[in-house]
Amino acid sequence: MGTMHIDADILIIGGGAAGCFAAVEIYKKSPNCRVVIMEKAHIERSGCLAMGLNAINAYLHSGQTPESYVSYVEREFEGVIRKDLVYTIAQGLNEVVKDVEEMGLPIEKTEDGTYKKRGKRSIRIFGERLKPILAEAVAKTGTQVLNRIVATNFIYDGDRICGAFGYGIRDGKFYVVSAKAVIVATGGASGIYIPNNPGEARHLMWYCPWNAGTGYAMGIRAGAEMTSFENRFIALRVKDVHAPTGTIAVGVHAKQINARGEDYLELYYKHLGGNKCLTQHRLLATVEEAKAGRGPCYLDTTTLNDADERRLKEDFLNMNPQIILLWASEGMDPRKKPVEIQGTEPFVVGGHCQAGYWIDKERRTTLKGLYAAGEVAGGAPKKYVSGTWVEARIAATTALEDIKGVSLEDVDGELIHTEKSRVLTPLTKKSGIFPSEVRERLQKIMDEYAGGISVNYALHEERLLEARRLLKCLKGRLKDMTAVNNYNLVEALECIDRVDVARVLVEHLICRKETRWACYQTRLDYPEKDDSRWLTFVNSIYHAETDEIKMVERPL
Amino acid sequence: MGNQNPMRVCNLDLRVYVMSIFIDENICNGCRGLPEARCERICPGDLCYRKENMKAAIRDQSACWTCACCVKECPVQAIELRLPFQAYSNGASLKARLKRDRTIWTVWDAGGHQEEFIIQARRLKGD
Repeated sequence: MGTMHIDADILIIGGGAAGCFAAVEIYKKSPNCRVVIMEKAHIERSGCLAMGLNAINAYLHSGQTPESYVSYVEREFEGVIRKDLVYTIAQGLNEVVKDVEEMGLPIEKTEDGTYKKRGKRSIRIFGERLKPILAEAVAKTGTQVLNRIVATNFIYDGDRICGAFGYGIRDGKFYVVSAKAVIVATGGASGIYIPNNPGEARHLMWYCPWNAGTGYAMGIRAGAEMTSFENRFIALRVKDVHAPTGTIAVGVHAKQINARGEDYLELYYKHLGGNKCLTQHRLLATVEEAKAGRGPCYLDTTTLNDADERRLKEDFLNMNPQIILLWASEGMDPRKKPVEIQGTEPFVVGGHCQAGYWIDKERRTTLKGLYAAGEVAGGAPKKYVSGTWVEARIAATTALEDIKGVSLEDVDGELIHTEKSRVLTPLTKKSGIFPSEVRERLQKIMDEYAGGISVNYALHEERLLEARRLLKCLKGRLKDMTAVNNYNLVEALECIDRVDVARVLVEHLICRKETRWACYQTRLDYPEKDDSRWLTFVNSIYHAETDEIKMVERPL
Repeated sequence: MGNQNPMRVCNLDLRVYVMSIFIDENICNGCRGLPEARCERICPGDLCYRKENMKAAIRDQSACWTCACCVKECPVQAIELRLPFQAYSNGASLKARLKRDRTIWTVWDAGGHQEEFIIQARRLKGD
């Protein structure tokens, strides 16, 4: 099995929304810069945007300002956000949307040519082909795209990040990409908890099932500081097909009703703000209704007219085509039967919530030479796709500036050898543990002891300590994993990454001894929000030599 | 090596009729002449592959996200999307055709009724 050596000025890991935008940005500013994108799947249809997108939910309509955007995010996240990061995102939102429109994305407009308002901070797009459009923009630059190469670890000499290792899924080769700067843009982590669809439909989930938290795990292993993993994300979605409820609620103004047909938010949750409550309270109320025997809950689609129904179906075809099949099934017509909603399993993401790398305003991580953008970057929730583009722009600009005067370093042969043998070990084992077994064990530990669906997302110390213990055992067994082919090997590598992410997540959940974010982080043993103590960031740094995760707090 | 299917320990071909995506071997031409079939090239989960008979297949139905990328990219519409809970969706299916600037979707419901959607997907110069 061969080793491929590739040199770059800037290496981008992950060719998704952030990665593609960063490559285009670098080309605009410095056309001769050698950019390499390392992409696990194929850049044309990979990651979160593979399915398409029907709305951009971070946009400043006339009358709104970066300040008003920051206030909104701060309120939604109970006072704990990085205002400097959210502010810089808000400043760039409208510009990046315009840029992507020019790349070819169709956006709904009013007669005077402005974008039509879909919700308060939202516009309607026709984004079935958003990913191919971004990939096409990348193709017009000189960027070298390495498709089907899964990143395995950073190349770290103890002082700076000087590239990354990867495994070629198709050619079976080991890749060593040296770079003066690395932008990590791999997305967040799914598959940590038991999914709400079991068995044969286990991948029918909200987030891309192949976003295994690899970017987080690589940073964790190299000792990067991470923030706010305890701020998990749980989406409220259409049952079985995980289609976004916002498309129905915002798109055609359907109300949330319980099994009795009551407007339950208004009737029972007035103290949380009724229909004007925070995003997480919509989920909390839905969970509480089920506990009170008034579930399941629905979005009332029975009053839709023909035009609304058609519009709704178009929106879903652009983003979640499965729901069209659900509605085509026997007795599932949305005009006759309201659409059932439920919470998903928890995910670790920095685009909806704020789990990720601790970064400065210029998107530098705590490791020299490493920059973060998009879902892997922490502290700036509700950035969504447009915020991700802004972050990519900032990270690209900073990386370009920082590489001036930096030269490529030779990679130590010993480092290459060690990583290559770590990555390939599962293929050499004739017998051992299957990745599927590790996956199921991990998900069961997390579901039961770290606040999964089966315990209504609730957490408390004793269970979390048990999760810590079991995860440490599980990590000890990972060296016994076996893989029979490349596809299988990628699954094994994903297991390793997910376990590293889960262990950090559990430490964060143990550390925050209060209840800050309903459902996302609900402590049964500390049920109140405690502003006197916990208006702070919970951060962590992993120490590989001792296998310890050290917690640190950072002020707002 | 990449084409081995660890799930296929016995003949489970019947399963393709009830899960996630259905590839019609009578229509699939395996994208002959291309180094990879188009579905194999773009599946975000690396699930599609080309069998020895040059027909496309999915290696693990339970790993499918139902993102429909393969349904859209298949040049001969050999692939349709089906719900994993086909037992109750009772034959409903969805197909797509990509045009330069629009996507055409056809959905068949449980009663065999057909509905078509033509949706803009890309701005062309001058739009």
